[in-house]
Amino acid sequence: MAMIEVQSLNLSFGTGPALNQVLHDVNLQVEQGQAFGLVGESGSGKTTVLRCLAGQYQHWNGALQVNGQQVQRKLDAAHYRTVQMVFQDPYASLHPRHTIDSALKEPLAIHRIGDRDDRVCEILRKVGLNDSFRFRYPHQLSGGQRQRVAIARALILEPRVLLLDEPTSALDVSVQAEILNLLADLRREQGLTYLMVTHDLAVVAHLCERVAVMQGGKIVEILDTGELARHEAQHAYTRLLVQASRDMNTHNIEQPSACLAL
Amino acid sequence: MSQLSASQTKLAVEDLRVEFTSAGRTNLAVQGVSFHLGREKLAIVGESGSGKSTVGRSLLRLHPATARVTAKTLRFDDIDLLSASEKQMQGIRGRRMSMIMQDPKYSLNPVVKVGEQIAEAYLAHHKVSHQEAKERALDMLGKVHIRDPQRVYQLYPHEVSGGMGQRIMIAMMVITDPQVIIADEPTSALDVSVRRQVLNILEELVSERDLGLLFISHDLNLVQHFCDRVLVMYAGRVMECLPAADLARAEHPYTRGLLSALPSLDFPRSRLPVLQRDPLWLTH
Repeated sequence: MAMIEVQSLNLSFGTGPALNQVLHDVNLQVEQGQAFGLVGESGSGKTTVLRCLAGQYQHWNGALQVNGQQVQRKLDAAHYRTVQMVFQDPYASLHPRHTIDSALKEPLAIHRIGDRDDRVCEILRKVGLNDSFRFRYPHQLSGGQRQRVAIARALILEPRVLLLDEPTSALDVSVQAEILNLLADLRREQGLTYLMVTHDLAVVAHLCERVAVMQGGKIVEILDTGELARHEAQHAYTRLLVQASRDMNTHNIEQPSACLAL
Repeated sequence: MSQLSASQTKLAVEDLRVEFTSAGRTNLAVQGVSFHLGREKLAIVGESGSGKSTVGRSLLRLHPATARVTAKTLRFDDIDLLSASEKQMQGIRGRRMSMIMQDPKYSLNPVVKVGEQIAEAYLAHHKVSHQEAKERALDMLGKVHIRDPQRVYQLYPHEVSGGMGQRIMIAMMVITDPQVIIADEPTSALDVSVRRQVLNILEELVSERDLGLLFISHDLNLVQHFCDRVLVMYAGRVMECLPAADLARAEHPYTRGLLSALPSLDFPRSRLPVLQRDPLWLTH
């Protein structure tokens, strides 16, 4: 069963001569348990698709379904129990004057869920932190720890779907590796479905099974990430992205073993 | 570097040390950093907090008065940056040595048209009419491959895309024809296709002009292809310095750890190796 179904999604801003259509007939399906990537350059509309699913825009046209439920214009609490979002910049997405504890309890309070202390401790452990982080403020955490907290905040409502908006692009490569491993583990343990926006093809190839390539508000190609690596992309724009990513990429190094833990 | 004669060396840094003191605690952000910059593209790579930006800022003396910057040598051209007066520094900053910041969204003035900001950079250092400064700014916008300079000149920073904003920043920093540009993560806010374009522009400028580029970045793949030499920093120290072409054969475990933590399109792995830090790196 498709966990996320997007059918002929259209969205525009402005009216009359200033009308700017940002999404043109976007169609995609994400299966239950799948990790699906959305790639493209800035302004191609990839984050906009996420925002429609997250209910941040309400004037779209088309049909959105999550977990078999039609997504309404005005979203109810049940939708947010199913779908949560993780943002790009962990420095900007956590309230600077709220402790980690209160940041994590806020969604529980909104959804009137009990056992708050236990749930906070449990979710912190799941994302690889511990209780000692509960009463710290975001500025006392590193970027990677903050992104772990942001993931914990999304997961505390036990959603089925995570919308990931460039979850690692603000992080160092060494921290990116930790967060990507964490996301892979969480998905396996909890059977989560991911829809991830990124501009880094290597990250998509690592985490996702399928990927949609967007350009100018349209999906130009949907393919398996294996096909990307095997040069089987059909569309010229996809090939361009693959080439741009290869130009920057070199993995002709052997795996060093002494300093690494797997 | 020995093969560079003294006249070609634009920047000489020897045993740079930067300390910040706040609330009675002293934090040693950078220590023992030495390098020379000629007419080349030198990269400083490392994780956040490794001190790479602190090095860049020390060169322009952009640190607050509470920072203690010491060095055996800190020389730009023939000027000792440590003893230069503030007036001398004003003649250097933005004129002979300029800095491209990471994110155009935060480093452009949101309430001034972008073209006027470029012209202002020129006017700050040259006694010319506003009209001439405007013409130079328009010319410069063309040089950074902006298609319609007349239109873009009139835009405000929020009206331009990230890639265009970064090209505007570059235009602003290059318009005074500096000898050294410090680029602090100039492309990390941009996506791959635009990044290529911005790098090409920087490349063009370096090859056309007598320019040394200090390229601060955390992206190893990028610097390997774009720069001539790479200085790897960790915890305020230089771990190693090597030609960019040899980066894949780097010896230091820190550099190797960073390289292998990168996900790859062509060599998928189920788990990415996580960097293990060795306290011994800090004592050598």
